[in-house]
Amino acid sequence: MRPAMEATGLGVRYRRTWVLRDCSLSVPAGRVAALVGPNGAGKTTLMHAAVGLLRPALGRIRVAGEAAFVAQDKPLYDNFTVAEMLIFGRRMNTHWDDDAAVSRLAGLGIPLERKVRGLSGGQQAQVAVTLALASRPDLLVLDEPLANLDPLARHDVMRSIMAEVAGRELTVLMSSHVVSDLEETCDWLVVLNGGRLQVSGDTEELLDGHLVLTGPDDASTAGTQVVSASRTGRQVSMLVRGAPPLDPRWQARRPGLEELVMGYLRSPESAVLPHLAGMSA
Amino acid sequence: MIEFILDRGSGVATYLQLVHQVKQALRLGTLRPGDQLPTAREVVESLAINPNTVLKAYRELEREGLVEGRPGMGTFVRQGIAGATLAEHTRLRRGLEAWVREARAAGLDQEDLRALFTVVLADAAKEGAA
Repeated sequence: MRPAMEATGLGVRYRRTWVLRDCSLSVPAGRVAALVGPNGAGKTTLMHAAVGLLRPALGRIRVAGEAAFVAQDKPLYDNFTVAEMLIFGRRMNTHWDDDAAVSRLAGLGIPLERKVRGLSGGQQAQVAVTLALASRPDLLVLDEPLANLDPLARHDVMRSIMAEVAGRELTVLMSSHVVSDLEETCDWLVVLNGGRLQVSGDTEELLDGHLVLTGPDDASTAGTQVVSASRTGRQVSMLVRGAPPLDPRWQARRPGLEELVMGYLRSPESAVLPHLAGMSA
Repeated sequence: MIEFILDRGSGVATYLQLVHQVKQALRLGTLRPGDQLPTAREVVESLAINPNTVLKAYRELEREGLVEGRPGMGTFVRQGIAGATLAEHTRLRRGLEAWVREARAAGLDQEDLRALFTVVLADAAKEGAA
């Protein structure tokens, strides 16, 4: 499993505040990784560090090959036509596949002569992603690519990104605070909370390795590892890791992605982090 | 060719939904030996799901001997699902349709029918296992 991106002991500080602390994670090549967490968790900072837009105070972060980044406020010029954005991109990048960009835009039905300001939000997102892909990156980093898009546009943007992943060896790291957008598309999960890494791992393995339990509040939790619990009246519901508890009064089922993420975010001291193989080792 | 549909609220893992739909198409004869399954790219372009999910479903079908991947060409159906022949299928379907009409006439609604069918199916499975 070759990592496409790897951070070791990463720490980032703005003035005297640490916005990322002791962050060690690795994303295998060819994966679509979801980066989730509440506002201010450090998602954008981690992405900026990955693509070299900021220098970490501690540790390091490495990308195997080239990375391309699409910021949340889509980096397009309103008065440029789509064709002019392509020329701009070609001049700003050493690697540039103009044919691929033009045919991608044609496939999406986006006219080259249209000004950026005349495009819908979804089309602007598609143009920004197309420009990022035209530099032939190994890692595509997307900061909230679906923010402010209607459901149909979200679906269209995701479809076209997934098609790129199917078409060639491309790793994607994308942030979102809407977990349901990522459920079908991401196979790697990274959860950040308050500048610390809480979860990093294969989505299916994580879901298989956890259970949602409901039962009476006097049921014993012996034999299991509680991530977080919430109480309503005499009933307790909780997210646990590993084997189910011995007490037979618990009802157990596999969590959904959103339940897993929420379970960890509610309890910032819990973490599930794999042993790092190491890119340089 | 088969077109996959996703039931996002079903709680069934996405790759399993794809596996089930191929098997269902094999049972109904809408997919036959030699037919090609859509490429991972075609599936993700219509469903907006992770391509690895499609590959996982195809690997599972391959493991069960139902399809085979031909390098550079795609994934093809190797064999249908053994079971009733098409003629028997039609005959059994007629019988089931008659039963549904009878149950409806007796005042059972869609949900009652499904519950009854599930219970009988489960009982039969138990008897078979005993």
